[in-house]
Amino acid sequence: MKKIVLPLDKNCAEQLKAGDSVLISGEILTARDCAHKRLTEMIARGEELPFPIEGAIIYYAGPCPAKPGMASGSCGPTTSSRMDVYAPQLLDLGLGGMIGKGEMSDEVRQAIVRNKGVYFAAIGGAGATYGKAITKSTLLAFPDLLSEAVRKLEVRDFPCVVAYDCHGGSIY
Amino acid sequence: MRTLDTKEIADRIYAMALKAGVTLTPSCRAALRQARDTETEGAAAFALDTLIANAELAESENLPVCQDTGMAVVMLEIGQDVYLTGELLDDAVNGAVRRAYADGYFRKSVCDPITRNNTGDNTPAVIHTHICAGDKVEITYLPKGFGSENMSAMYMLKPAQGVEGIISAIVQTVKNAGSRPCPPVFVGVGIGGSFDTCAYLAKKALTRDVGTHSDRADIAEIEKQALERINALGIGCQGFHGRTTALGVNCEWAYTHIAGLPVAVNIQCHCIRCERATI
Repeated sequence: MKKIVLPLDKNCAEQLKAGDSVLISGEILTARDCAHKRLTEMIARGEELPFPIEGAIIYYAGPCPAKPGMASGSCGPTTSSRMDVYAPQLLDLGLGGMIGKGEMSDEVRQAIVRNKGVYFAAIGGAGATYGKAITKSTLLAFPDLLSEAVRKLEVRDFPCVVAYDCHGGSIY
Repeated sequence: MRTLDTKEIADRIYAMALKAGVTLTPSCRAALRQARDTETEGAAAFALDTLIANAELAESENLPVCQDTGMAVVMLEIGQDVYLTGELLDDAVNGAVRRAYADGYFRKSVCDPITRNNTGDNTPAVIHTHICAGDKVEITYLPKGFGSENMSAMYMLKPAQGVEGIISAIVQTVKNAGSRPCPPVFVGVGIGGSFDTCAYLAKKALTRDVGTHSDRADIAEIEKQALERINALGIGCQGFHGRTTALGVNCEWAYTHIAGLPVAVNIQCHCIRCERATI
């Protein structure tokens, strides 16, 4: 199994092929429905985003609260297609890629190819496994959104499969 | 007549909710293992291995199996010889759900549909109460995730479409959902009734164990044929292709109108969490 250490550079993204099983380590950001809506509204207003988007990897996820002594609660992926309307714009602004589950739109696939990005599928339903692979979690923005807030996560050996690669390949 | 304080029902629901959040049903686990044993597709086998290991990890460390700890669906069959005392039943149930989601470190996923403001405690629960014979209260607790709920569908078929129409509707719903609802899915189907009862029957079908069949031979046949055709779709675990797209299809039925054939298809992901108890 391929090990990937973030940040992901374009050369590394080019070597990934749809269907590859990978273990991801490094820093990722959580954002899902409500956070994406706010991020795109901030972009429309010309405001600075709460994190540098260049090369960032967004994880479509909203964790359970952390138990005492743990960095995070269970934290598997949510259905990515709900973010179809937001992803192309973020990729065009420099987003390195996404982690989620399930197929996304053709527009997202084209934006991945255009920007040499990547879309990883995490295993939906394996929340406990992903929660345990998070070594640090920091609240970055929108605390009122509770589990939907934007968090910076340090992850170690996150099991994923390359779903869309930057050459147009798809596992689906 | 038997007197029962709603606190007793609430305490039981609290315990059921805590257990359900971290545990897959035995029939779900058996179905996942069987899917793994027969899987030949590499990525799908990897995903199934991950899910089986995840279920073990969740139970041994008391962690939510999936971070979507769902909306709490509570079905209560209340014997008509039971006299309920104490706090209003709905308040008692919601109180139990509120405590369980806080104490279990479960995600609070309930919000206003328009403002999207989170209620912060995962209430209100979805509560179905039915009056039945006897002096017992039967509780079924099903935390329902929405990645799969979103892929559900309701069809008002024409009577002429018959059994083939029903099976096609079930298969088409799973096909449309594709990789999005966390396959392998478990499919609850309501057949007949009115628009509202049909959807309820679909949810109720999900509380029956995977691998069981309807008492009615003709409906059991629909379950078997639909499952076979779904697994021929080749969507596979997580949409990674392979042999198992659904773990099971369960149908519940009710009498309907001469003009109609309602069919509700409620999709459940492979993370089947359901507890039952009788007081």
